[in-house]
Amino acid sequence: MIIRIENLYHTYMKGSPFEKQSLNDVTLDIAQGEFIGLIGHTGSGKSTLIQHLNRLIKPTKGKIYILGKDITDKEINIREIRSKVGLVFQYPEHQLFEETVYKDIAFGPLNAGVSEECVHERVLEALKFVGLEESVLEKSPFELSGGQKRRAAIAGVIAMKPEILVLDEPTAGLDPAGRDEILFQIKSMHTKLNMTVILVSHSMEDIARIVDRIVVMHEGKIAMTGTPGQIFKQIKRIEQMGLSAPQVTYVMRALKDKGWAVKDEIFTVQQAKNELLRLLEGNND
Amino acid sequence: MIKDITLGQYFPGNSVVHKLDPRVKIILTLLYITALFIVTNFKGYIVFGLFTFIIISISTIPHRFVFKGLRPLLFIIVLTAFINMFMTKEGVILYGIGPLVATDKGVEMAIFMVLRLLFLIMGTSLLTLTTSPILLTDGIEKLLNPFKKIGVPAHELAMMMTIALRFIPTLLEETDKIMKAQMARGADFESGNLLKRAKGLVPLLVPLFISAFRRADELATAMESRCYRGGDQRTRMKQLITDKRDYIAIVVMIALIAALIMMRLL
Repeated sequence: MIIRIENLYHTYMKGSPFEKQSLNDVTLDIAQGEFIGLIGHTGSGKSTLIQHLNRLIKPTKGKIYILGKDITDKEINIREIRSKVGLVFQYPEHQLFEETVYKDIAFGPLNAGVSEECVHERVLEALKFVGLEESVLEKSPFELSGGQKRRAAIAGVIAMKPEILVLDEPTAGLDPAGRDEILFQIKSMHTKLNMTVILVSHSMEDIARIVDRIVVMHEGKIAMTGTPGQIFKQIKRIEQMGLSAPQVTYVMRALKDKGWAVKDEIFTVQQAKNELLRLLEGNND
Repeated sequence: MIKDITLGQYFPGNSVVHKLDPRVKIILTLLYITALFIVTNFKGYIVFGLFTFIIISISTIPHRFVFKGLRPLLFIIVLTAFINMFMTKEGVILYGIGPLVATDKGVEMAIFMVLRLLFLIMGTSLLTLTTSPILLTDGIEKLLNPFKKIGVPAHELAMMMTIALRFIPTLLEETDKIMKAQMARGADFESGNLLKRAKGLVPLLVPLFISAFRRADELATAMESRCYRGGDQRTRMKQLITDKRDYIAIVVMIALIAALIMMRLL
């Protein structure tokens, strides 16, 4: 297991009148190379959970093992953990600060103690992964378009060559084309580098399309885990948690209710297309 | 952390102190401070302390919470005590280490000064603790209104204060977020010498300034699109009303001042 979380508790502002329990006995194992989709209602504890993974937040109680090392231990090398677990926050473009895109992407690896030549290679590599042209390298990050800024910021984390990549809503606020492209690039990174990826998202369509396993959080606890099929099958239950199944699942259900002989366990547009084609061709026979 | 600072914070409640007209409350606070300087002996401080204690009790704010507001100013309080103790040269020498000589007058002076500071901080923090920022700035605006004739931009000042107060928590949150994002990229805000630390702040300050300017811009647009044009002919939905309890509060304060003056003269 590349990530092992055992009985994790976290309470914000402990001992004050504003005390809030945000994680409540979370236990979770994630295997090397898995693509995890983390979903949950706002305030369900997703952000708190992912910030524990590179020790931006210390747990109130519980243990977290990353690559076999207990990172709740005081003696741990925090820098090492942070270069192993790359964390891309929401709206990461807000953290750009350098004069040029090159320098901004190089910030992470330089902090991690990578040599200048290696940094150069890594910057170019990261740039390629997020699909940016080399011509942007000498530009100021503030001259870029919104989508380009987002990519440059993600490249800044990828350049640290993390073994685990955690992304908090990487597509929020992007146009549909930009959204698809970034998701596709994350997916290809996952396959090519055999990276372990945790994707936090509110888009059930995106989640259904690209992840291997879904983790559903509800009120600080892990409510469900399973493949997209297993999770979205239980529409009633996820709706109770303020979530939903992908749009296309509802369409297929409605068709079934109208008397069409379609399977209702369909979660992506691609599956729906195949199913409808199958049905139409079957009718022609 | 930063969030622990209670000074200047509002503590919601429903007490008589909360309900006082903010204009009256501001004036009463000024009178309270003035009264503090009438006191010159311990008896006076006892009366004054009792008065403060009763007011805090009436306000239903936990005493602990008011005391917590003193913490950030602890250094100034200690420094004041220190200077007063060793800089007063009159009186009988109690003890001395080298050039540092403490006299009985000096100790007395130090205690007086510390008490004065404590009451000053507690009294003024009681004002902000029991008055919401909006009401407070409303009160300041109304009190400054007469000075408009000599060119004091009362409404603009009040609006600036409201906006500044409104954005303190937002900016704190933003700082926290950017700090975490940069720490995730290996930035270090805690170790190294002064120069290194100052340099280390660049990745925090640049995004923070950019976001502050962006927010300012957005806020200006939002205000303009709702036809904000400054204070001229602006009316309010909630008018400030001076009630019976306000007059009682004023009378109580005047009685306190009279009592303190009497105690000083006798």
